[in-house]
Amino acid sequence: MTGDPVVLARGVRMSYGDTEVLHGVDFSVAPGEVSCIIGPSGSGKSTFLRCVNGLEPVLGGSLRVLGEEVGHTLRDGKYHPWSPKRFAAFRTKIGMVFQRFNLFAHQSALENVACAPIHVAGMSGDKARELAMEHLARVGLADHAHKRPHQLSGGQQQRVAIARALAMNPTLMLFDEPTSALDPELVDEVLEVMKKLALDGMTMLVVTHEIGFAREVGDTLTFFDEGVVVEQGAPAELLAACKQPRTRAFLSSVL
Amino acid sequence: MRTEPIIGPSGEAVPVTRTWHWGRWLAGLAALAVCGWLVGLVVANPRLDWGAVWDHLFHPLILSGIVVTIEISILATVLGLVLGVFLAVMRLSHNPVLQWLATLYIWFFRGTPVLVQLIFWYNLAFLFPELILKIPFTMIGLKWDTNQVMTGFTSAMLGLGLNLAAYFAETVRAGIQAVDRGQSEAAYALGMTPGKRMRVIVLPQALRIIIPPTGNEFISMLKTTSLVYVVAGHDLMTNASQIYKANNLIMELLIVASLWYMLMTAVATFLQGRLERRFGSDAVRLVRGGGLAARVLPRQPKPEVNR
Repeated sequence: MTGDPVVLARGVRMSYGDTEVLHGVDFSVAPGEVSCIIGPSGSGKSTFLRCVNGLEPVLGGSLRVLGEEVGHTLRDGKYHPWSPKRFAAFRTKIGMVFQRFNLFAHQSALENVACAPIHVAGMSGDKARELAMEHLARVGLADHAHKRPHQLSGGQQQRVAIARALAMNPTLMLFDEPTSALDPELVDEVLEVMKKLALDGMTMLVVTHEIGFAREVGDTLTFFDEGVVVEQGAPAELLAACKQPRTRAFLSSVL
Repeated sequence: MRTEPIIGPSGEAVPVTRTWHWGRWLAGLAALAVCGWLVGLVVANPRLDWGAVWDHLFHPLILSGIVVTIEISILATVLGLVLGVFLAVMRLSHNPVLQWLATLYIWFFRGTPVLVQLIFWYNLAFLFPELILKIPFTMIGLKWDTNQVMTGFTSAMLGLGLNLAAYFAETVRAGIQAVDRGQSEAAYALGMTPGKRMRVIVLPQALRIIIPPTGNEFISMLKTTSLVYVVAGHDLMTNASQIYKANNLIMELLIVASLWYMLMTAVATFLQGRLERRFGSDAVRLVRGGGLAARVLPRQPKPEVNR
């Protein structure tokens, strides 16, 4: 894991109205790294993830993703805010998977996956559907290509969502609690797909409650609490011997 | 209601009696009496000439009026729907100027009576005797006489269409806002611009909520066209009034017009039911595949494709 960091956050601050939810986050992800973030709800971990692809604005500090300051371009000694178009171009390089899947309800699984290649990358319909079929096969859902989201189980929907994000061939994948909305017996099929993706060398930033996944697949584990990074380290070490009492309290409540 | 006998305590089958709905019988008798009396008053009225009603039912002026009424209704509804979508998108835009413009438009057109608007368009020539469309700083352009453009027909279409747009914009806005925010987030995360997200993801899903009320708007429009009477739009009501002004058979011609309006409404209601079944129950499907015809007409079951 060498090269410039894919994500480099220094003192990142963010607020919803008057409530500051990120109080200065320092964090980095190297190319090919699988970085897992854990923490209690309301700790700001999801907000941070959404800042990485610009779904939420960074209001203080610096957040560099894929070599760019998210939301601004330095020109003539000043930072100029991005246009919606510039944001869109930036986001094509980052895939995101949501807790609630967010599959497009009016499209079949195949159309969901082919949507961005067609409408964002400008690919022809036939070529995009071929590509979508390949991605669906990769997540084991080729047989369900023509089903609507509501005809699929939660686990299947989330796998389609992963395929959809991968169809744009992203450099970085963001996972926002991808298994939290699933029935327990459906969690593993999604984690399996994510493991395969990690083995293929994808750079991944995963907000999760699945400590087992973090231990097995993660390169680093970061504990967020109250809008800051409390502790960070290799998963096995952090889980075996965390130094901070807050981390210990959280881990003992979830393990 | 149960008709099969019940096995009683001693083991034999005991029949079940019928419930006697006294309230329904009483209400039915009362309604029959009142309605019969009212209908009788009209039908048996010696001053009403039913023969004249029949004679005018297929009068050429009436028939051409029906065609114009349907034309104005369809054109005004289409104008209102298209413009309404644009207004709703403007209203929800992040651009404060567009937001403000849409709000102003909606306020203005909902705030003035449609009758006033119709008369205004018809008399536009008082303000602008000529309509000129030309490229600035050149002599290239087109010029029309306002009185020739603003006929009863065009002013009716404009007045009713622009008015409907203001109301319909609110329906569209509700439809757009009912689409889950997660859909927009997913679209943005895939690299869509706000406009593309609206066109490709949000509006198709909002249609499910927007489409059913359009039937209602159209039915309402069929009869609102009768206001065109004031600008002589040659619609059903205008033509009926022309006839009764000549022969003084006011009630007879009003009955003729009403019968036709009721028939048109019945047809439109039937089509509306069709539309709602397509867009309501099979909620998400309807947005895709085929043109309007494919959606309104019954769908062939599609073979499941497996690769």
